[in-house]
Amino acid sequence: MLIVSCPCCGVTAEETEFHAHGEAHIVRHTVGSTDQDMETYLFMRKNTKGVHFERWRHQYGCGKWFHMARDTMTLEVFGTYPAQTLAPPEDLLVQIDAKRPGWRKST
Amino acid sequence: MSDPVSALNHANSTEGLVTITETGPVGMITLRGDLGAKPVQKAAIAAGGVNMPEQGKCLTELDRGIAWMSPDELLILCRYDEVAGKVDDLQGKLAKQHALVVNVSDARAVFDVRGAAVREVMAKLCPVDMHPASFTPGTFRRTRMAQAAAAFWMPEEGVVRVICFRSVAQYVFDLLRVGAQPGSEVDFF
Ligand SMILES: [Zn+2]
Repeated sequence: MLIVSCPCCGVTAEETEFHAHGEAHIVRHTVGSTDQDMETYLFMRKNTKGVHFERWRHQYGCGKWFHMARDTMTLEVFGTYPAQTLAPPEDLLVQIDAKRPGWRKST
Repeated sequence: MSDPVSALNHANSTEGLVTITETGPVGMITLRGDLGAKPVQKAAIAAGGVNMPEQGKCLTELDRGIAWMSPDELLILCRYDEVAGKVDDLQGKLAKQHALVVNVSDARAVFDVRGAAVREVMAKLCPVDMHPASFTPGTFRRTRMAQAAAAFWMPEEGVVRVICFRSVAQYVFDLLRVGAQPGSEVDFF
């Protein structure tokens, strides 16, 4: 069971109040892109064992979307951050570096 | 004119650990917009009759108040017969704002739950920390009750008001009754 803190309304609850919506920070290739890029956008996911960045929604709460970094193996939640960004915030990455040295090489 | 009829028409349960009453029609207005904008704040305060609540809180007095629903949404509570006038007034005041005002009174049901075990009954049904140090009177929480979306607050210690969608009113009433079944005390709080 994950304990999630919503960065939009400040509520901390277990995961059933939220809903996961898959991998975050995917490049959305669109009209004019190559078939290869389109395939990557639609189907190719990292399926990481370890540090993973995801899109979540506070489904039964404030209704807002946000991002979450967690470990898919230990289920540790490293942190949540706003949806209005294309990449995880640097201070969160530094925290993950401390907990999972070398993780960046494996993703 | 016909009389307004609420979802469960004042259904009541007194045989459990808490008393559960469907309150009958309650005026509820959804206001969405930039909650930091002065015109939005002024209009909301005028309609709700209380100050702007902080994030995750509500301010209520008897049958009126304002609840913080999300970073861009408030719920204004009032008497059922005041809703039409307040909606007109809000829409007029916010005509030049990027804002939304909707009467949602008939889309919802409201329950009054009261008794010494009220924290315990809610804790059985919701993923919410109901400890007195965490959930205080004035806290407003949107969450789920078993499988249905709901929101609730404590107007005072020992009393919880629950808002749910009208379509799940019977389900929520039954949940509360099961949560309050005699003999099911946990005595955690
Ligand atoms: Zn939230």
